[in-house]
Amino acid sequence: MQELVQAAMNGDRRSLARTLSALENRTINLEQIMAIVGKPVQATKHWQSLAITGAPGVGKSCLLDGLLTVWAQQNLRVALLAVDPSSPRSGGALLGDRVRMTVVDDPVLKERIYLRSIATRKASGSVPLIVADMTQFLLALGWDRVVIETVGAGQAEVRCAAIADRILVVEGPARGDGVQAEKAGLLELADAVIVNKCDLPGAQRHADELRESYELGTGTTPPVLLTSALHGTGVPEAATMLLDLESSGRSERARWRERLLAHHERRILESSKLDDVLKELAVGSMTLDDAILSIGEMNDE
Amino acid sequence: MGEPLRVVVAKPGLDGHDRGAKVVARSLRDAGHEVIYTGLRRSAQQIVDTVRDEDARFLGLSSLSGAHGHLFPKVCELLRAEGLNDVIVFGGGIIPEDDRKALYECKIRAIFGPGTPTSEILDFIESSNQMDDAGVGQSSTWHWSPTA
Repeated sequence: MQELVQAAMNGDRRSLARTLSALENRTINLEQIMAIVGKPVQATKHWQSLAITGAPGVGKSCLLDGLLTVWAQQNLRVALLAVDPSSPRSGGALLGDRVRMTVVDDPVLKERIYLRSIATRKASGSVPLIVADMTQFLLALGWDRVVIETVGAGQAEVRCAAIADRILVVEGPARGDGVQAEKAGLLELADAVIVNKCDLPGAQRHADELRESYELGTGTTPPVLLTSALHGTGVPEAATMLLDLESSGRSERARWRERLLAHHERRILESSKLDDVLKELAVGSMTLDDAILSIGEMNDE
Repeated sequence: MGEPLRVVVAKPGLDGHDRGAKVVARSLRDAGHEVIYTGLRRSAQQIVDTVRDEDARFLGLSSLSGAHGHLFPKVCELLRAEGLNDVIVFGGGIIPEDDRKALYECKIRAIFGPGTPTSEILDFIESSNQMDDAGVGQSSTWHWSPTA
C-alpha cells in the first residue's frame, strides 16, 4: 500500500486509480493514506470541492465537459468524481458519465483531467460519503479542484452539501408552474444556479423566476446563469464565474446539519458491530435506541 | 459476495452499432458488477486511458465493422505498454472464426459472437477472475471456448 500511494504521489495514474479503489473497498482508510502522503491539504482562498447536482437529464455531464475544458485550458488540474446509482437489486451499476466527456479525448488537456466513475453502492442519498475521503486524497496529491457530479437528484436531495465546499444546482428550462413548490430544499443550499438548455423556450423565464424567488428571501442571491452546454453558449462565462464562487453563506447551519447526519450514518455503516446489532434488532432482543448507543460506545473505545 | 468487479465496455473504431455492447453491459450490471461504458467511436488510446483511470479489472471490446483484426491487437499492445498487464480482455461482435486465433494470440481471452447466452459471458468473467495469469500481459495461453 505504501508503494502504491507513493507512486500515486509521483503522478502515476494507475496507482492513483488503484488507491481510490482501495479507499472505496475500505482496504485502506484516509488516515493511513495521509500518513504516507505526509502533508495535509493546504487551505486556499477559493473552493477546493464543488458538487454539481440537479434533476436527471438537465445536462450536468454535458455542461461539466464544457466547464472542465475551459478550466484545463487555463492550466488547472481538475479531478471529476462522477456518481451514478447502484442497482438496489443486484448491487451492480452502469456508469455512463464518460459517454459525454470529450475533454479527456484531447491529447493535451487529458493530462490535466482525471475522471473517475463511482457507483453509490450501499450508500443512501445521491453521493456515497467515501467520496469525501477520495476528494481529500486527490487534493493532497496536488489536484487543484475536485468536482463531484451527483446522481441526478430530486429537489430535496441535499446530502451533497455534506461533502463539498460549494454547490452548483443545474436546472432545465420550462419547469412549469410547479416551480414555486420546488423551491424549498436543494435550491436553498445552492451557491450558484445554472439554467442549462437556454436554446430551448422557457429558460430565460425560469431563470427570472429563480432570481425573483431568491430575492423574496433573506440573504444574498446566488448567481443564476444561462447556458447551452450543447452549443457552448454561456459556458466560458460560467466557468470563469464558478472558479471564484463564494459561499452563499445563507445555509451554514443547514450544511452542518447535513454533515452531522452524514457523519452519523457513516459511523453506523462502518461500525464493526453493525452485523451483530442488526441480528439482535431482527430477533427483537435490542431496541433501536439501544442499538444507537451500542454502536456509539464501540466507536468511542 | 465481495466488492463488485469493474468492467469497461468499449466500442473501438468507426462503428455505430452498440446494441450488443449495451446488452452485455446490462447483463454485467444485473450480475452485480460495475460497468463503465465508453460510448461510440473510441480510439485505442482513449480506451486504454479509461481502463487505467477507472481501475478496471476487465475490458470488453465490441466491433461489428470488420476492423477487429487491427483495433483489438492495438488496444492489447497499448495496455501492455501502459503496464496494465493484469487487465483481462474479451471481445465480441461479428468476428469470423478464421480471425479468432490471431486475437487469442494477442491474449484476448474470449470472443463472443451473436447468439451467445449472456450467462456464458458471466461464466467467463467468473472463471477468468479466479485465474492469476489471464491478464493481457500475463503468461497463460488459455482462452475460453465459446458456444457461439
